[in-house]
Amino acid sequence: MDSLAIILQQLVNGLTLGSVYGLIAIGYTMVYGIIGMINFAHGDLYMVSAYLTAIFLALLSFFGIDSLPVVLFLTLLGTMAITGVYGWVIERVAYRPLRNSTRLAPLISAIGISFVLQEYVRINQGSNDQGIPALLFGAVRVPVGNDFFQITYSQILIIVVSLLGMGLLTYVIQKTELGRQCRATQMDRKMSGILGIHTDRIISTVFVIGAAMGAVAGVLVTLNYGSFNFSSGFIIGIKAFTAAVLGGIGSLPGAMLGGIVLGMAESLFSGLVNTDYKDVFAFGLLVTVMIFKPSGLLGKPAVEKV
Amino acid sequence: MHKSIKISALAVVTAGSLIAGSAMAEIKIGVAGPHTGPYAAFGMQLWKGASQAAKDINAAGGINGEMIVLVKGDDRCEPKEAVSVANRMADQDGVAAVVGHFCSSSSIPASVVYDEAGVFMITPASTNPTVTDRGLPGVFRACGRDDQQGIVAGEYIVNTLKAKSVAIIHDKDTYGQGLADATKNTLNGLGVTEVLYEGLTRGEKDFNALVTKIKSTKAEVVYFGGLHSEAGPLVRQMREQGLTALFISGDGIVSQDFVTAAGGASFVEGVLMTFGADPTSYPAGAEAVASFKASGYEPEGYTMYSYTAMQVVAAAMNGAKSNDGMKAAAWLHANGNIATAMGSKSFDSKGDLTVSDYVMYEWKDGNYAEK
Repeated sequence: MDSLAIILQQLVNGLTLGSVYGLIAIGYTMVYGIIGMINFAHGDLYMVSAYLTAIFLALLSFFGIDSLPVVLFLTLLGTMAITGVYGWVIERVAYRPLRNSTRLAPLISAIGISFVLQEYVRINQGSNDQGIPALLFGAVRVPVGNDFFQITYSQILIIVVSLLGMGLLTYVIQKTELGRQCRATQMDRKMSGILGIHTDRIISTVFVIGAAMGAVAGVLVTLNYGSFNFSSGFIIGIKAFTAAVLGGIGSLPGAMLGGIVLGMAESLFSGLVNTDYKDVFAFGLLVTVMIFKPSGLLGKPAVEKV
Repeated sequence: MHKSIKISALAVVTAGSLIAGSAMAEIKIGVAGPHTGPYAAFGMQLWKGASQAAKDINAAGGINGEMIVLVKGDDRCEPKEAVSVANRMADQDGVAAVVGHFCSSSSIPASVVYDEAGVFMITPASTNPTVTDRGLPGVFRACGRDDQQGIVAGEYIVNTLKAKSVAIIHDKDTYGQGLADATKNTLNGLGVTEVLYEGLTRGEKDFNALVTKIKSTKAEVVYFGGLHSEAGPLVRQMREQGLTALFISGDGIVSQDFVTAAGGASFVEGVLMTFGADPTSYPAGAEAVASFKASGYEPEGYTMYSYTAMQVVAAAMNGAKSNDGMKAAAWLHANGNIATAMGSKSFDSKGDLTVSDYVMYEWKDGNYAEK
């Protein structure tokens, strides 16, 4: 292959992977921003959404709906809604009762929920790999010299839907009443409460939004890679968390930037240097950023509230 | 209401087993493998094979007059789980023998525990040479070795396919990398140097960057040492990127789950793999195969190996006239020609089979058949 074509292809690979990391990273970063906890169950919510995707696809084909755009849209909507409910329930059951205890308590609770979700899916759905048939075939091929690089339709879908989702979310947070309340709660929860914001409801909303964005990733990844099992949320969850930290945890654009930087770094290192050490490189990058910019790429330095 | 029903049902079961226990002596045998987790398809094969064998052996009088009771041990193919399963089996359950484990990376650390406890161990599926090469007296293997498997794959690539450029990918695990290395050594010995040798991460799904890299090497053949959960997405992404190179792997993809992991039969069409000659084809095993099929289970992959392993345990203990693991092991080292559902088996001083029978299989229309 033409070396320019290879680099362009690796950029496409990295952008796709990075968009997925970014989508999942949103869940980590928003929750951290608003209540300062790491929701370790978030990767498993992504896994639940992969199963929901398969269930919705089966249901829709059962009801004879076979127009691809309609199927994709309904699957996306349904999966986001149900995963959002999961997010809401988890916050109510596992985190809210612990909100005024030590900082570590909700963290341990999150790890517990992660186990609960995995075992719940394993017992109900079995531990074997599950898969869905490929729905989107084909790719756009761009000639470069006497070679080409390609971007498949499902990769285009991943990148476009991710960017749309991010754009929409940014609009909601920056421009709407709900967004203002979210930001106010993030800045100072007690003061927001005094000023009449229903902070508990805002926190619930943030969990729902985070879970729904994870569900978008779950649908897209399932469509693109085809298979999943009850433990498939673990590694991608860790990577997305890394992306959130890299971009500056608590920062929404940071999550997306962190995701894309991490995806690109992995793809380029894997493609141009060595696959064995791509994770070493990615985490090396994280450490380097943390040394020079401890709050992450777009994070604001933490100010002690007095 | 529900609770009381459950409790009374439990009481009946407990009482039932107590009566059975006093009526007839029992010998406990462990079946260890990935019964849950991403590789549970293989644990299922081990469990089905061992259960059917135990049933058949018990019907024929058991081991030294004692009935086999199976104990399940789940290691999820994780070495540290395997050690704790081994300890539990040896100390708490007091098993006399273990059929297992599946993954070489589990079998190797677990075998040390069994060795110390004097438990007889026979793995139906762990093919890494180290399992038996350490010379532990109570460790046996009812399948071939990766160095034998690698020779078959390597010679096939060079002599039959006449391929000049081969990319070798592995999953950085004991089994996967060991198999990849065995094939690599054979290839190098035959004068072919691989164009790429890299490891991917188990549990990931996106191998696009690696696939692009393989594509840039213009490899005609991609050899993968690893299991189906990673092989599936890898071969799918190769095909999606328009890379038509032949995909060859080993016994780690002998399961229908390989098709599921790839997301469809079309992606695995033409994939080759090395595996023992059809384990269901032996006349001696016809009856066992028939009973599997009658119960609605296709004895795929390592099922018959597990059945055979259980038969070897019974034969060794009956031969030694003792349920002591080490005495049975000594007898098995001294005596050969054990009649099993996969023909007559003998073991060498290390505990390996004296004859290996790896052949090439091909995936077609979502099923595999000898090529």
